[in-house]
Amino acid sequence: MHTPEYLRETPSQTAGPYVHIGLAPGAAGFDIYEQELGWDIAGPNAKGERIRVEGRVIDGTGSPVKDVLLEAWQANGDGKYAHPEGGGPVEDGFRGWGRVITDFATGEWAFDTVKPGPTPGRNGTVQAPHISLWIVARGINIGLSTRLYFEDEATANAADPVLNVIEWENRRATLIAQKTERDGQTVYRFDIHIQGDSETVFFDI
Amino acid sequence: MTTPAEYYQRDRQRHPPALVPSYKTSVARSPRYALISLEQTISEITGPRFGHSDFGALDHDLIKNYAQGGDPIGERIIVHGRVLDENARPVRNTLVEIWQANAGGRYRHKKDTYLAPIDPNFGGCGRTMTDENGYYFFRTVKPGAYPWRNMVNDWRPAHIHFSVFGPSFSQRLITQLYFEGDPLIPGCPILQALPDASAIDALTARLDRNATIPLDTIAYRFDIVLRGRRATLFENRQEGN
Repeated sequence: MHTPEYLRETPSQTAGPYVHIGLAPGAAGFDIYEQELGWDIAGPNAKGERIRVEGRVIDGTGSPVKDVLLEAWQANGDGKYAHPEGGGPVEDGFRGWGRVITDFATGEWAFDTVKPGPTPGRNGTVQAPHISLWIVARGINIGLSTRLYFEDEATANAADPVLNVIEWENRRATLIAQKTERDGQTVYRFDIHIQGDSETVFFDI
Repeated sequence: MTTPAEYYQRDRQRHPPALVPSYKTSVARSPRYALISLEQTISEITGPRFGHSDFGALDHDLIKNYAQGGDPIGERIIVHGRVLDENARPVRNTLVEIWQANAGGRYRHKKDTYLAPIDPNFGGCGRTMTDENGYYFFRTVKPGAYPWRNMVNDWRPAHIHFSVFGPSFSQRLITQLYFEGDPLIPGCPILQALPDASAIDALTARLDRNATIPLDTIAYRFDIVLRGRRATLFENRQEGN
């Protein structure tokens, strides 16, 4: 058997204050690419419930972080990922990946997508519907990974193998987005607390 | 139901810690609880894919992709290298994105108020896909150092920000390229957050005379390593619990 000579992963560095220039130049104040990546997670053909997900990222002083970039990775409504190992075909135009930035004035972020279906867990378990999130910003030396679950999936959440890895049951609640309705649209609110009393659970994936 | 082969556990000793008090912004932006380690699922071993239809012809050429009738001012450089995984295999067809300041250290960003001027012919961002060998290249101008409000006289070394994907979301990485010989490297709090000299060395691009275009453009070489994937030695072994 071939025994590889291992390399070591390139070390992370903060994305810095001007991450928007590279990854969302329109937000930095200039147009350069014909199409920016990540604005349309689900595409026009995705089946399932259209939802909006929104929130803020709060620092250890309680202040909103106004220079964050978030990326989302999710399955489609049937729980399939747009990937060769994603479990099956997805709708044409469904990428399942999105990228948003926070508003420079308010720190609010939001993205429009479809609600993902349940996905297979390890060893025959089932994962509750969730969206994987990754956040980078000035002051964050290595991107923070978390998961967003849905308040109205209480039964599935109770059986979710990842939520159940979190020994402190009160901390699981930091991963549950709260459902509201606004102008006929379903909105899930998900505030991420980097530090402090209600610190969001972050994962080493 | 099979369980997918995992990517190697991230060696957190290779990366800067979340809390680095000398990098002041990290103090309020670092979790206080330990990360919770997950065994990977389909959610972690999959990730977004991109195709050539996502890009424009000049996206990788920062000398031309924002030119308004002239070339940007500055030292013309090629930045190139390979994206490999920890098993030393090429990471093919993966998205590499970069962003940087201009030759004077000024970013084209509405929040950057440094007095060095904007270059009318320079945007400062580029993107490309690696080829079948994991190879990528960009053309740009060498960025300048710039001051930042950390300590009152802190200056960032010249650097280019890099964002890389790989086939799984667990490999997602953002880092910074530095230039060989830059005397600002040893005094930078962001770089000194790294655990050891080998980590700084891994982020330092080397002058590459072989790739230099005579009388035209000088070249730097920067290879990137993403997490590798475990070979399945004992397939689908059930956990002991």
